[in-house]
Amino acid sequence: MKRIFQSLGPDIFWQVLILFIMLSALVVLSSGLGYMRISFSDVLRVVLAKMLGMDSLLDGVNSLFPVVIAEVRLPRILTAAAVGAGLALSGVVFQGILLNPLADPYTLGVSAGAALGASLALWLNISIWGIWSVPLFAFIGSGLTLMAVIYLASSSAGLSSGNLILSGIIVSAILSAGVSFIKYMVDEQVSVIIFWLMGSFGSKTWSDVWLTLGALAAGLGICGYFSRELNVMALGSRTAASLGVDTQKVRMILLITASLVSAVCVSVSGIIGFVGLLVPHIMRTLTGPDNQRLILVSIFAGAILLLGADTLTRAVLPHEIPIGVLTALTGGPFFCYIYRKRQTGGIHDD
Amino acid sequence: MTIETEHVSFGYGKLPAVCDVSLKLNSGMFYGILGPNGCGKTTLVDLLIRHRTPDAGIISYQGKPLAKYSRKQIARRFALVPQQYAVNFPFTSRQVVMMGRYPHLGRFAFPGMEDQRQVDEIMEQTGAMEFENRFISELSGGERQRVIFARALVQDTPVLILDEATSNLDISHAISLFSLAFKRVVDQGKTVIAVMQDINLAALFCQYLILMKNGRVVHHGPCDQVLNESTIQSVFEVRAKVYEDIYANAKQVVFNRSSHVP
Repeated sequence: MKRIFQSLGPDIFWQVLILFIMLSALVVLSSGLGYMRISFSDVLRVVLAKMLGMDSLLDGVNSLFPVVIAEVRLPRILTAAAVGAGLALSGVVFQGILLNPLADPYTLGVSAGAALGASLALWLNISIWGIWSVPLFAFIGSGLTLMAVIYLASSSAGLSSGNLILSGIIVSAILSAGVSFIKYMVDEQVSVIIFWLMGSFGSKTWSDVWLTLGALAAGLGICGYFSRELNVMALGSRTAASLGVDTQKVRMILLITASLVSAVCVSVSGIIGFVGLLVPHIMRTLTGPDNQRLILVSIFAGAILLLGADTLTRAVLPHEIPIGVLTALTGGPFFCYIYRKRQTGGIHDD
Repeated sequence: MTIETEHVSFGYGKLPAVCDVSLKLNSGMFYGILGPNGCGKTTLVDLLIRHRTPDAGIISYQGKPLAKYSRKQIARRFALVPQQYAVNFPFTSRQVVMMGRYPHLGRFAFPGMEDQRQVDEIMEQTGAMEFENRFISELSGGERQRVIFARALVQDTPVLILDEATSNLDISHAISLFSLAFKRVVDQGKTVIAVMQDINLAALFCQYLILMKNGRVVHHGPCDQVLNESTIQSVFEVRAKVYEDIYANAKQVVFNRSSHVP
């Protein structure tokens, strides 16, 4: 295992190891924080007891703690981490395919489609699929949007990056108007829609965890498989073709994969901006543009960032702020800083 | 090694770009493709590397239609040095050159000692070694072109295609890179197909010329036979003097201020 990491580059093994340790530490720390403080050792004992099935470890631990940790906090924590990883993964892929460091998982209108789908479900009070109605509608909205954008952008010469970005913007604008219309129509219910749109990890269950982790694993598998092609495609499609890469096919597969991963994330958590844009950016200064390394490092960094933000709003701040607002409020200015630094020649990323 | 095109045509939509091209290219030869802007040279190159597929006609390599090869098999046979180059992410020069080894590597295999050795050797030869760790996005046009040239040589293919590969290089670097390619033709029996603008540079290196106009091959043959005043005038619409130059040890072409034929 270590050999594989090392052949990717001298530091990658340590980078991934450090990020993994940071993430694990943050999960444990976060499990102890909240309305009910739980000590570090108690958290470890509960987690070990659950994982190994050894109830004897729980002797002397407050009987509420296992319930709070296993049924309330961990699902939320792990969902937040998985969504952060998923958004970062699809951010890397989008920036790579569109050859545009300003692309993010929502460039193709996935978030606007999800917003419209969720708003529709909330407006019409659709509950045929129980608690899954809103996420499913959001996912269907994303999927349909993706199909529309790809249809709009495709020409005889295939999908060009400029066409994709432009089509994404146009479709997003139309869908956003639709969301505004629904907000206007629902009157007093509008707060439910607004709350969903701003994103939240509140009341997540283990089903959410497995769903997002599953999407993340599938996405990681596919994107990892094509990560070398993604590198070659940075040299332009003509050169990539001469190096044996079927650019049209790879571009389509990666676009759909990354969009579906982010669609699952959005459906589960609402719209959370800046993670998918920021994380690949920062990590690229650490690993360079090699996508094989960038993907590995970014998923951990994304998980840490979003879990950190969620813990902050859940347990540290006096009032819970919607996570989407928090990431935009902190991520936005930070992005301005990075962008400005690049303009003045600090980071070479053009 | 032979490449054969039989009545190959291709158009962008309804606009024909290459019409009815039939050629036979052999190994151990340095081919030059010349012609005015927009005559279909680059499109022909795209057809040869199967970046585009002909609307009509067949291109075959070693007697087998190109369509029957996988993309990776084609990438092990044809390498391309393109004309313009924008690399959007800050890969180092060495990383870019190493990408030339990808067609020879398994998907999950990583470059080994032999790959590193080839990269070293060719980066030395092309003079790209001095900036191996610099970002390609920071290099000058000429430096970048040497990296791209090295990437194509590292691909180690029987056919090397240069699509106006030296158009932004100074004369010293242009001659040095063409010499490297020429040496491979003579020593290793490789095939070079060079799309060129500079007729005199073409006359120095090319053994066989293919002159194109409006998507058609209008003249082709050994350089000495094809390069004369009437073919230059018919293809490029300029009057020129063609003479045997002793210093160049090749035919050379000179123009004057009123060469343009209106």
